[in-house]
Amino acid sequence: MKKNPVIEVKNVFKSFKNVQAVNGVDFKIFKGQSVALLGPNGAGKTTLMEMIEGIQKPDKGDILIMGKKWKGNERELHRDIGLSLQETHFIDRLTVFETLQLFASFYDLKRQRVDEIIHIIGLSEKTRSYVVNLSGGQRQRLALGIALLNDPKILLLDEPTTGLDPNARREIWSILRHLKKRSHTSLILTTHYMEEAEQLCERIIIIDKGRILKQGTLEQLLKADNDHKIIEFALDESNRAIDRLINSSEFQIQWDANKDTGVIVLNQIERQLPEFLNFLNQNNLRLRHLECRRKTLDDLFTTMTGRRLHE
Amino acid sequence: MNKLIQQKQLIQLISAHFKEIIRQPAVIFWGIIFPILMALGLGIAFTRQADIVRHVAVIENNPALTQNANKDLLIHAFLETHADKIEPFGKIPPQYKITLTDRKLGNTTFIFEKTTWHHAMVLLKRGNLGIIMDEENGRIEYHFDPLNTDAHFSYLKLSKIFGQNNALVEENIESVVPLTVHGTRYIDFLVPGLMAMGVMMSCMWGMSYGMIDKRSKKLLRRMVATPMKKSYFLISLMTVRITMNLIESALLFLFAWLVFHITIEGSIAGLLTIFIAGNIAFGGIAIFISCRTANTEIGNGLVNAVVMPMMVLSGVFFSYHNFPDWSIPFIQKLPLTLLADGLRGIFIEGAGYSEIILPTAILLSIGIFFFSAGLRFFKWH
Repeated sequence: MKKNPVIEVKNVFKSFKNVQAVNGVDFKIFKGQSVALLGPNGAGKTTLMEMIEGIQKPDKGDILIMGKKWKGNERELHRDIGLSLQETHFIDRLTVFETLQLFASFYDLKRQRVDEIIHIIGLSEKTRSYVVNLSGGQRQRLALGIALLNDPKILLLDEPTTGLDPNARREIWSILRHLKKRSHTSLILTTHYMEEAEQLCERIIIIDKGRILKQGTLEQLLKADNDHKIIEFALDESNRAIDRLINSSEFQIQWDANKDTGVIVLNQIERQLPEFLNFLNQNNLRLRHLECRRKTLDDLFTTMTGRRLHE
Repeated sequence: MNKLIQQKQLIQLISAHFKEIIRQPAVIFWGIIFPILMALGLGIAFTRQADIVRHVAVIENNPALTQNANKDLLIHAFLETHADKIEPFGKIPPQYKITLTDRKLGNTTFIFEKTTWHHAMVLLKRGNLGIIMDEENGRIEYHFDPLNTDAHFSYLKLSKIFGQNNALVEENIESVVPLTVHGTRYIDFLVPGLMAMGVMMSCMWGMSYGMIDKRSKKLLRRMVATPMKKSYFLISLMTVRITMNLIESALLFLFAWLVFHITIEGSIAGLLTIFIAGNIAFGGIAIFISCRTANTEIGNGLVNAVVMPMMVLSGVFFSYHNFPDWSIPFIQKLPLTLLADGLRGIFIEGAGYSEIILPTAILLSIGIFFFSAGLRFFKWH
């Protein structure tokens, strides 16, 4: 099943003036796979996505969609691809139904398909509402509905939930999870929310400064450090003793002196946690907050780049 | 089958653009009511016989005059004896009024205000008056801008009054025959010009600005990521715009016919032909100038750069024959001039197909050329 990739990105480079947006990226995506391009703002995700969508051309390298290049195959490929751009405004004074009907006409789809999509995206009560009167989440669901109209073989979603409140985000996730169960559509989405990547995609490509830092399933990505645990703590008030903790070879600590908070990566929690607590006790350092948790993609990204995903 | 799909696309695109326009109440006002109000205002202002009132400054603080014992003998004495004195009111100083009555051409009233040279210049710069009267060595002097035809008119009237040293109370020149027959009034000249201007404005702002706005909102990018035929998108925009312009112009004509009794003297089929050719010309230009930018402010500048020169030069409100002779051949080749002249030819002069075939062909060529060039360079992303 996975012999022929639906998307093949081969050593792709793209730059704008002095900025190298994409710097030698390679990957393959197979039928039915869901892949997240995870990275902070400015990582090159959207540029890469736009090259896959055929909107931009690579300076170097090739992109093949179902074995075909964009040039000369635009109409055919557009029939098989559904996409949602990072931000799209539709015609303000068309209703939800009219907007879907307009796009359905481009694929020669019947009214029945428009009704199905309205049901899938949960906008049945808003069918006759003008687009201008929809909330941000509803507009994003409409954009997703348009992307799904042609029952695409490949679905490309560029930051589908950026700027949405948690409820609206969960609604989009629910639609996509439902879609994953029912179809063999291959999905690529870009995001800087690790939860989104975890929830919707079985494969994650971490990207920063136009390069792929790491890729694999969530388990594979975290496997190398699977026994690592994270302690986040906050002190009532720090003193000079904290410097010894920062310089200690025993603990990898990231200390925020302004907030008196720190993050420690522990590889032997059973031994290191009592030592840490003992150190605090001996130096009259009082804990305001302590949380112990598993390592996440955000921690992994921070370990690799020194920055957090949301920065 | 493929043709059927494309027709479905075109119908849906036309329907969407049409709904987009008619669902905005402001469009109804600016597209239909505003041109009618403009025609009404200008039609009344320039068609009805109304009194002409002009203000004149009379210099009283001329140092040379203060030494002249007989300073009141000319302008000042004349006003005291022949004009009606208007008593001062609030900050308004005493004024004098002379009215020349004329049943055929309308009355002309001159209001004289005694003032200093400095204040008179301020009033002139503000446009409150066009002419200043003064005395030098017992001679009346008239100061005005020779390029200002209105000031010239005042000078001729005033010099006649003061030259004869007699304020005429009635001026009936038997040889003057006012023309009020249809086709020779200002409103007959104005309405075709307003229609042509409406077509230009509607195409340039409605289409250009609309497309730039859609590009900046990434809607164009989203639409071309489908199997939509690109030319259909532009054709649907033009079709909707031509239909709207036709409705707007028909309503303007209906109003002008009901209120001012204007008529179409020439071929109605010819009128429709040149009207549609004008729409195609401006539609093509609109697509061309909006084919690249996604910035609405740049779009504003581009539209103004095309619209403003034609608004000034093409004789929408007043004849372009007042411009220098060397510029007339150039002005006559501007699309707005071609359309306005073509429409006027049919409305006023009773022109038929043979008279409008050349301007129609030029307008169509302009439209097709710019449409093709626009489509060639159009930036969808």
